[in-house]
Amino acid sequence: MAAPKFDVPKLTGFIEVPLLKEGASAHIKSFPASDVIQEGIGYPGPLVDGWHDKAIAKMGDLLGRYRSLQVFMDACVHCGACTDKCHYFIGTADPKNMPVARQELMRSVYRRHFTFAGKYFPSLVGAKDLTEETLQDWYSYYYQCSECRRCSVYCPYGIDTAEVTMAGREILDTVGIGQKYTNEIIGKMHKIGNNLGLPGPALADTLEGLEEDIFDNTGVPVKLPLDLEGAEIMLVTPSADFFAEPHVESLIGYAKVFHAAGISWTLSSKASEAGNFGLFIGSYENMRRGAMRIRDAALDLGVKRVVVGECGHAWRVAYSFWNTLTGVGHGGDDPFSKQLQKQLDPKYPAPQHICEFTYDLIQQGKLKFDKSLNDHRIITFHDSCNVARGSRMSDMPGGQFIIPREIIKAVANNFHDMQAETIHEGTFCCGGGGGLLTDDLMELRVKGALPRMEAFNNVVQEKQVNFLALICAICKSQFSKVIPYYGFDMSMVGGVHQLVATAILLEVPEETEQESEAEESEA
Amino acid sequence: MGFEINGKTYETDEEGYLVNLAEWDEEAAKYLAIEEKVEMTESHWEVINFLREYYNDYQIAPAVRVLTKAIGKKLGPEKGNSKYLYELFPYGPAKQACKIAGLPKPTGCI
Repeated sequence: MAAPKFDVPKLTGFIEVPLLKEGASAHIKSFPASDVIQEGIGYPGPLVDGWHDKAIAKMGDLLGRYRSLQVFMDACVHCGACTDKCHYFIGTADPKNMPVARQELMRSVYRRHFTFAGKYFPSLVGAKDLTEETLQDWYSYYYQCSECRRCSVYCPYGIDTAEVTMAGREILDTVGIGQKYTNEIIGKMHKIGNNLGLPGPALADTLEGLEEDIFDNTGVPVKLPLDLEGAEIMLVTPSADFFAEPHVESLIGYAKVFHAAGISWTLSSKASEAGNFGLFIGSYENMRRGAMRIRDAALDLGVKRVVVGECGHAWRVAYSFWNTLTGVGHGGDDPFSKQLQKQLDPKYPAPQHICEFTYDLIQQGKLKFDKSLNDHRIITFHDSCNVARGSRMSDMPGGQFIIPREIIKAVANNFHDMQAETIHEGTFCCGGGGGLLTDDLMELRVKGALPRMEAFNNVVQEKQVNFLALICAICKSQFSKVIPYYGFDMSMVGGVHQLVATAILLEVPEETEQESEAEESEA
Repeated sequence: MGFEINGKTYETDEEGYLVNLAEWDEEAAKYLAIEEKVEMTESHWEVINFLREYYNDYQIAPAVRVLTKAIGKKLGPEKGNSKYLYELFPYGPAKQACKIAGLPKPTGCI
């Protein structure tokens, strides 16, 4: 693969508003989905006959289904508060990456077809016809938004660009224009059960190998059970945790925590994916199908609790949407959701984040750590957008900010936050969220990481930070790939539960000690 | 899209991965390696062959851990780590080595 030819932004120490460069990222386009990929998730392809009317009809449908979208189309007063809040605008300087301009791509068409003034006096109100060129513009710029929702934090009306982007993508999919990366992955989730397309036997083999590794390293028989019926807890985690580095280190961390707590748990080959890319394309139906797999697996295995691993958007879907997608919030009369409600243990949040789970055990004094084992690391924490702005942990306000940091402080001695306006609800996206974590968007990913890299570089320079702790599979992959462009080593990237795994003290069973002694005497 | 070697054509996707896995042969691997600017040595072939064997068994490329462990067993523990694999395949063992091995690109949150 030829190295992508683009200028990597220079770090200056400050997050600066760039001078506008019209069309600076107009050439950045991800590969479109093939017809086969589109069909696999219930959409046509390529561009259908009568696309104009179908697109407008779909827009009308979405405006009726989501009152939020209707409000977002009407409420914007173009105040400009959002303009410099987007990491892709900061990184590319393309004015169409200003959130207000990104929304305007749809809003101008909305005005033309759904407002009185726009229908009769389009030029007076900036109303525009939907042309094929506009659709291509939508495709470019709605796939240059990671749906991170940072702009909405600063919008005086609370307009959520992510929802506009999702609506834009759904209209595009409906008329046959989909994105290869996201839609292919949704298809794999439906067909095989996870984003990677990791079949059950490969998963079993991988987990077995990990058990061996942990035993070789610690002498403790930590298990990673698969499809264990009657387990107390089912863990659903991004399939990247099984497959990739540094993700797998966190998986080992979860397993060690379950082991130390002495709670029976299992992974599921049916629900082998926490992630749900249906969210990214605004497709309720696809999102629901993905969530149903998890509900079915919980029912099949008879578990009492469902815990979600380190995955940003999965946690948003689980925390904010599972109830209405698949639970009692969905219809109420559904016997399966009632059964699940009866089955789940009301003493624990349903669902529960792995960080909540670990934090709770730390509070109870059930986990023992040797913090000095993490002394080689000087750590900072990056808040993942979908956790920071789309959900919460525990019932305390800001729990999603407090809990991961408290875990880090419980397992390590050196922790420093990045500058205030880049953390908590003001966190900058890693640059790869929302279905943009694909090689064909590398230029956008590198440039979009700029504000986060500035803040990271500052703590590297000032506090000698050498570890970027994360709770999202996309963040982990994105940073591993992108930080070398900014002169950092990919080994600086890792998970919160990777830190837990390093410091946690597990009891070595006597049998193991005896066995190894026996082996020694034999030798 | 595709390429041709000695009269045999190979179909590829937008990113240069073979569309039809059965078409793969050593000639194709050599061609893909040149495209990737990877100079194939015996060590590279070890990895490629393991990937293909694993894929035949499991219909997916091996997880990075599985790969490093297998390589470590075959070539010695000092080579059983992802740093060594990145030296062989700088763009990432999962994606670059899979391409040369004629396997589909692993995608997901990776």
